[in-house]
Amino acid sequence: MSILVIAEHDNANLKPATLNTVAAAKELNGEVHLLISGNSCQSVADEASGVEGISKILISDNAAYENHLAESTANLIKSVASNYSHILAAATTFGKNVLPRLSALLDVQQISEITEIVSEDTFKRPIYAGSCIATVKSNDSIKVITVRATAFDPVNSSGGSASIENIDADNISDLTSFVGEEIAQSDRPELTAASIVISGGRGMQSGDNFHLLEAIADKLGAAVGASRAAVDAGFVPNDYQVGQTGKIVAPDLYIAVGISGAIQHLAGMKDSKVIVAINKDEDAPIFQVADYGLVADLFNALPELSEQL
Amino acid sequence: MKILVPIKRVVDYNVKVRPLGDQSDVDLNNVKMAMNPFCEIAVEEAVRLKEAGTATEVVAVTVGKSDSQEQLRTALALGADRAILAETDSLLEPLAIAKVLSKVIEEESPKLVILGKQAIDGDNNQTGQMLAAMLNYSQATFASEVIIDEDSASVTREIDGGLQTIKVSLPAIITTDLRLNEPRYASLPNIMKAKKKELDVKPIEEMGVDINNRMELLSVELPASRQEGIKVESVEDLVSKLKEEAKVIS
Repeated sequence: MSILVIAEHDNANLKPATLNTVAAAKELNGEVHLLISGNSCQSVADEASGVEGISKILISDNAAYENHLAESTANLIKSVASNYSHILAAATTFGKNVLPRLSALLDVQQISEITEIVSEDTFKRPIYAGSCIATVKSNDSIKVITVRATAFDPVNSSGGSASIENIDADNISDLTSFVGEEIAQSDRPELTAASIVISGGRGMQSGDNFHLLEAIADKLGAAVGASRAAVDAGFVPNDYQVGQTGKIVAPDLYIAVGISGAIQHLAGMKDSKVIVAINKDEDAPIFQVADYGLVADLFNALPELSEQL
Repeated sequence: MKILVPIKRVVDYNVKVRPLGDQSDVDLNNVKMAMNPFCEIAVEEAVRLKEAGTATEVVAVTVGKSDSQEQLRTALALGADRAILAETDSLLEPLAIAKVLSKVIEEESPKLVILGKQAIDGDNNQTGQMLAAMLNYSQATFASEVIIDEDSASVTREIDGGLQTIKVSLPAIITTDLRLNEPRYASLPNIMKAKKKELDVKPIEEMGVDINNRMELLSVELPASRQEGIKVESVEDLVSKLKEEAKVIS
């Protein structure tokens, strides 16, 4: 039994979520292979060959794979799928885009966003915004799985010695073409990889007021996030969103500011190790999950907090 | 241009769902049902394209029990022209739902299919992508902006680090993200008018589709709950707790 992990990368470096996905694959007790498709991405393969727990790397280097479009990527994975019992990718926007397409090409029912591996065919996954955890058993011959990265500790990025094998591009699709990308530039850590996250909600009242959070984030080396309400209100872009339909984070410290704590937001952060809530409404549901709650007006509390750090 | 909008009846997003006493499934007795929020965004986008003169007809479709007609009527009240219910009493998985929808699409041959990126019950985020694979259509998931040209669409997608714009050839499958639009509310006159719009019911047994489930639901349980925390009195108190007790900042 071999397990295939689909690498996520930007043609230069591996994305951290790949290491969490490899960790999940290792729990399945098989040989773990990693598929890298991209353009001029040899450096990714070199980096990945050192990752703990991978025995073989398949690399398909072709201009058509530069932007990881779903159509061609799914076709490529399909061309090697029959060699594997399980195919895994992180439940990022990349994995969520590509894997269901692959799953339908293979006529199997994907298992989305698993948080625990019970056995080689049985998995746990959150449903209804994490209100419930379902245990499901898959009867498909190939298990196509997306993995919630925060639920698995990453493997070491060094200490491995995987072999590298080139594979041919397969069935390149011209249905979709890449036009452009606007990737937010920030000196702060990435939301899903940060060990401290400070998020603002509707209570922030405006996008301008997010500078109060940014000042604290810079002192703590934290990432800045937001609730859906703050995104909906146009305070910050959608890639700040933490929650059921945004990013799932589980940092060592999560500071929720002016966030009431709707179930959809809790779904994205309640596995954080320590949760702090600052809210002027003492009945806000966020206090039910907070380790430390401060009932205060955030416009007083944030400058004070910034000063004391 | 005809647009098909698959929608789903789900538990209202304000309901906190709990497992049944025997943990065999979630408890859906007497809970409020509604159209999945991402499906509302899909209907809205299609209706706006019709209002802009880009689309000529908007067809809402769902796969489910007879009571899903309620959500189809909502779609009609929001501006869809007609509706189709692919009726079944079985609870289908996304793969089977996509197979049924692809049959409907073969019959209807729309130029564009817009659907929600995920349903807030199973949180699977699969159906649109599966549908695109089955029909060998292009796919543009997590859309925040859609611009239609003659034979293609330019779609801006919400991705982890920011935004990506791709051009998809039509027919295409588009799945909606939150910021694509803000859905309207149905007006009373439109709700009344919707009652008279055409709603076809087609039993899925007649479609010749393999709808067998591939997964078994073994149990449903509550997630591990967090230990109740404490309230601190001041910012100073908070900082000292974080430093000395939780040891998460230095």
